[in-house]
Amino acid sequence: MKFDLVVIGAGPAGISAAIKARKNGAHVLIVDENPVAGGKLLGQLYEVPDKGWWIGQRIAEKLVDQATSIGVQFLQETEAWGIFPGWKVVLENSETIDTSYVLIATGAAEKALPIPGWTKPGVIAIGAAQVLTNYHRVKPGKRVAIIGVDPLSLSIAQELQLAGVEVVGIYLPPINPFSQEKADPHYLLTNLAKMSHLAPNQLLKTAGKMLHNPFVKKLAAKWYPANGLKIGNIPLYLRKRVMEIGGETEVDHIRVAPINRNGGTVLDDSIPVEVDCVCLSGGLYPLSELAGSVGCKMVTIKELGGTIPLYSPEMETTQSGLFVAGNITGIEGAKVAMAQGNLAATAISSRLGLLENPSSALEQAISEVEKERKNAILTFMPQVEEGREKVTTMWKTT
Amino acid sequence: MRIADHPILGKQRKREVTITFNGTSYTALEGESIAAALLANNIRTLRYSEIAKSPRALYCGIGHCFECRVTVDGVRSKRACITTVKDGMFISSQGVDSP
Ligand SMILES: Cc1cc2nc3c(=O)[nH]c(=O)nc-3n(C[C@H](O)[C@H](O)[C@H](O)COP(=O)(O)OP(=O)(O)OC[C@H]3O[C@@H](n4cnc5c(N)ncnc54)[C@H](O)[C@@H]3O)c2cc1C
Ligand code: FES
Repeated sequence: MKFDLVVIGAGPAGISAAIKARKNGAHVLIVDENPVAGGKLLGQLYEVPDKGWWIGQRIAEKLVDQATSIGVQFLQETEAWGIFPGWKVVLENSETIDTSYVLIATGAAEKALPIPGWTKPGVIAIGAAQVLTNYHRVKPGKRVAIIGVDPLSLSIAQELQLAGVEVVGIYLPPINPFSQEKADPHYLLTNLAKMSHLAPNQLLKTAGKMLHNPFVKKLAAKWYPANGLKIGNIPLYLRKRVMEIGGETEVDHIRVAPINRNGGTVLDDSIPVEVDCVCLSGGLYPLSELAGSVGCKMVTIKELGGTIPLYSPEMETTQSGLFVAGNITGIEGAKVAMAQGNLAATAISSRLGLLENPSSALEQAISEVEKERKNAILTFMPQVEEGREKVTTMWKTT
Repeated sequence: MRIADHPILGKQRKREVTITFNGTSYTALEGESIAAALLANNIRTLRYSEIAKSPRALYCGIGHCFECRVTVDGVRSKRACITTVKDGMFISSQGVDSP
């Protein structure tokens, strides 16, 4: 049997696209390597100002119910290994699926943040802490330290605390080729302004705004309190670095060194802090290998989080018939991913001849992506709009 | 280490199943991953590295890093973070001759 559309990845982008295309009359299959559909939605949990709680797991369940009830087929626990012209999607069991269109919605993964001792049991990526706590409802540890300051780590720190986990603090990583700006207090302070929806305290919000001024920026390390500021009840230390994660067989402490007023790390004053779990937050990058291996033109755009397949305003790659949506095109929140899925599915439905008025449907889908981007409460990349503009310009010149 | 009653998500009602890890039986909840079930039983170390034999455990939690690989019912290198527990499942660590 040949499908009209095979979607790779059952995250919010993929499922939304499948629903839209199926509603328009297409035969759709979703392939996903996880036992449960939902992608990164499954672990998400935070309060949206004036709107109540965003409980990703419930949103995922609703999407999946809706999709199955209208006849979208799901193939879980199945990894897509490759895509071949025609189009053919090859699965991990070597089975091949024929389809007219393919949507790659493989999402994002976390960048590594290697620190001495990071292979010890008890050191996990921040996303693993989110899934354990909010989805599986198992505490990643009793006393947890977080290394890496970004919107995701600040949000997950609060999720951990909500679940009764003691978070001893959020720290900077040591300076090494992997940590880059993650180790720079100036850079982090500047970007804290963009994280204000996560309700770091007022002082930080003000600081973040002031720090757009380069003169004030220089003073940052000087006035930021050595003992940190609290976000909720969690100390955020922009003047402490974790130099090493220790423990005989599993994690039992971190070694923390202060940063002096000139920005230097004072190794002689480092002290051990007892913890049984360390969460590393190195930032997110788009998972785009599948698109690269089938010959889509790839571009690296720092503002979007890394290397992505170049895509058209309708979300088509340089390979005709191969579309993309969601975090594979750049790191943004779940609602933008859903709107992008909708847009790609609208374009595919139009190609399949399923739409009566394709141009107005496309116009509307495009404006919904823009609307969600503007209203996003969680912005991962501070300059995402500039990144999207770069894509538009590059597409025009291809 | 289970979160019995979450302030927003409430209580979790799932059927209990029994799994065996390195010869010992543990209680797990239907639908959870092997890694989550073992962590709920205070077990972190899932395997030992091939050469140095140092302990390894869950890292990314989403199936990318393969740090969590274990042998499940005789099949090697299943990812404990994205493999769901089943009643009577037999799991063992890799990288040890006698667990
Ligand atoms: C750790 C982490 C935490 C996040 N937390 C938040 C948050 O709190 N709020 C928020 O708004 N956004 C968050 N995000 C951003 C998140 O990526 C988006 O919210 C959204 O989930 C992106 O949707 P998506 O459909 O593009 O991808 P995803 O949700 O990542 O879904 C992609 C799916 O594709 C599957 N897949 C990948 N490759 C293959 C393959 N080869 N074969 C088969 N299946 C495959 C994946 O396993 C996954 O199920 C987080 C991202 C990460 C990585
Ligand atoms: S923890 Fe990374 S694959 Fe399982």
